Amino acid sequence: MDLYEYQGRDLFERHGLPVLAGGVATTPEEARAIAERLGGRVVVKAQVKVGGRGKAGGVKLAEGAEETVARATDILGMDIKGHTVHKVMITVTADVAEEYYFSYLLDRANRTFLCIASVAGGMDIEQVAADTPDKVVKAPIDAVKGVDEAKAREIVTAAGFPAEVADQVVEIAVGLWQAFVAEDATLVEVNPLAKNGDGRMLLLDAKISLDENAAFRHPDHEALVDQAAVDPLEQAAKAKDLNYVKLDGEVGIIGNGAGLVMSTLDVVAYAGERHGNVKPANFLDIGGGASAAVMANGLEIVLSDPAVKSVFVNVFGGITACDEVANGIIQALALLEQRGEQVTKPLVVRLDGNNAEAGRAILDSANNPLVQRVDTMDGAAERAAELAAAGV
Amino acid sequence: MAIWLTKDSKVIVQGMTGSEGSKHTRRMLAAGTNVVGGVNPRKAGQKVDFDGTELPVFASVADAMAETGADVTVIFVPPQFTKAAVVEAIDAAIGLAVVITEGVPVHDTASFWAYNVSKGEQTRIVGPNCPGIASPGASNAGIIPADITGSGRIGLVSKSGTLTYQMMYELRDIGFSTCVGIGGDPIIGTTHIDALAAFEADPETDAIVMIGEIGGDAEERAAEFIKANVTKPVVGYIAGFTAPPGKTMGHAGAIISGSAGTAEAKQAALEAVGVKVGKTPTETAKLMREIMSGN
Repeated sequence: MDLYEYQGRDLFERHGLPVLAGGVATTPEEARAIAERLGGRVVVKAQVKVGGRGKAGGVKLAEGAEETVARATDILGMDIKGHTVHKVMITVTADVAEEYYFSYLLDRANRTFLCIASVAGGMDIEQVAADTPDKVVKAPIDAVKGVDEAKAREIVTAAGFPAEVADQVVEIAVGLWQAFVAEDATLVEVNPLAKNGDGRMLLLDAKISLDENAAFRHPDHEALVDQAAVDPLEQAAKAKDLNYVKLDGEVGIIGNGAGLVMSTLDVVAYAGERHGNVKPANFLDIGGGASAAVMANGLEIVLSDPAVKSVFVNVFGGITACDEVANGIIQALALLEQRGEQVTKPLVVRLDGNNAEAGRAILDSANNPLVQRVDTMDGAAERAAELAAAGV
Repeated sequence: MAIWLTKDSKVIVQGMTGSEGSKHTRRMLAAGTNVVGGVNPRKAGQKVDFDGTELPVFASVADAMAETGADVTVIFVPPQFTKAAVVEAIDAAIGLAVVITEGVPVHDTASFWAYNVSKGEQTRIVGPNCPGIASPGASNAGIIPADITGSGRIGLVSKSGTLTYQMMYELRDIGFSTCVGIGGDPIIGTTHIDALAAFEADPETDAIVMIGEIGGDAEERAAEFIKANVTKPVVGYIAGFTAPPGKTMGHAGAIISGSAGTAEAKQAALEAVGVKVGKTPTETAKLMREIMSGN
């Protein structure tokens, strides 16, 4: 889960890291209250999870409450690269003398964490690394030993931070590591880490990603989810514990296992190239042991997407028995009827693996006109794409 | 011979008395696996009956190894306790730890991996979030169904469980030496490269199927490894060509970040070193079939 800048600022503040005083507003009136509390000159920043908001006019200075209200009014509702601004962060201004860069992140390739530090901050770090690689330090972090003062000093020295800020950066590096671990983050990026005119170091921006697998030890992270930005179908699926991602196509997809479902999307897209260029409408993994209720929930979500013209149910029975899946599909259709849903879209079902013959026989004897059975994955994808193209 | 798991492997189960653990212990036994016991400190000394096979419960992995000579552990404990379970296995220096559990925080995995490295990597860790290892006809450590295919001379390594099953099914008439599900998490203990190296060295494996998916650069690094070290034929399959950037597709590690981790880049890297990459699982199986029939 990626956080907004203001959520990152709050998180840093909770962990005792130096940030600018500020608050977040969803209305101009809330912006006024914050400006009055802070007093003087403030900066109003659009809260969107996309870069380039300064250039798009999403970051403005304001003097006093009236001007803050005016700037907040301008920015709220603005569209930045397809993201609507629903919140602005308002902070006091910094008198920036120097800009540096500091981050911790997951290093998948080396199965550990990485610290990236640079005295060339305020710019795109990947660009800095490409243009002047000697200005960027990449230090692997041992996940057990972590970052203590000695490790932090090693990084700060290697990155060439000036002597007058070194002690402060060491302290921030240790504190930031502690926050990274305590919050189960996979990324904390501070760009810029700034030296203020008075010599004080400040974390002026925050890019943070949190590990959703660690949610069980962070009940507070739930509140960081931006419900308004979540697709309504994805939200409904999540409420039913389904692993669903909305996509732009016409063929609804239900399968078991993340890899098989990803593969199903690809195979449907290839088939779509021959049938009106239809594409997969979603990713939906119903997991192992798909019961009738889970199948019904999945079908309900997929069918409630108005863009869906046909549905492809692709199941390989590993541990799951295909006869149970077949019963699940038939019961799911009956269940949807009981719930008052009119199912009119065709379902193409492919069952293979454990008890596939019994599963196919169940579908055949149910003789539901909406259900078509095709016994290969590629063939079934072809049929589902063809039906979607005909229904578009 | 197969790799890592043979008919001589003695397997224990951490979490054997839990619902998933007991269900799959029964299945592993039915597949002919030599399961010799389980670990649960609160039930140590008890015996559990699996359709006539009585298995002892030990207080720790070390106890179980001392009593039974176990050299493989399969871990089914919930995510909250997975790190402690793996650390216990590492401390006992067991040869192979297969971590089935899905949903382990990546800080925990990074931590037990670093611990394993500090102990000299005496334990091969497979997973987490994986279906395990199956050497058909010999032994089965994990949740891979044992009845899809018999033994043969193809090696299989895959990030995905159901795609592993699909590929085993497609090529069931030829059969497999060992099928390894390495898991879909961002940090995993055994990589494509580890499995490729083991299959290259295994006299009972003639050719290798490698299944990857979006996210990270493990497949690109595997391609480099194949170029330098693998002489046996390899065919590949990559899932996730149509996945949008920035969205996690089911597996915690299956995410395209910016322009990194795309299926196109992985396919290109593999094809550049002479690996044939199928467009669909069925087409990939066909490529392998051609190779095996030419032998």
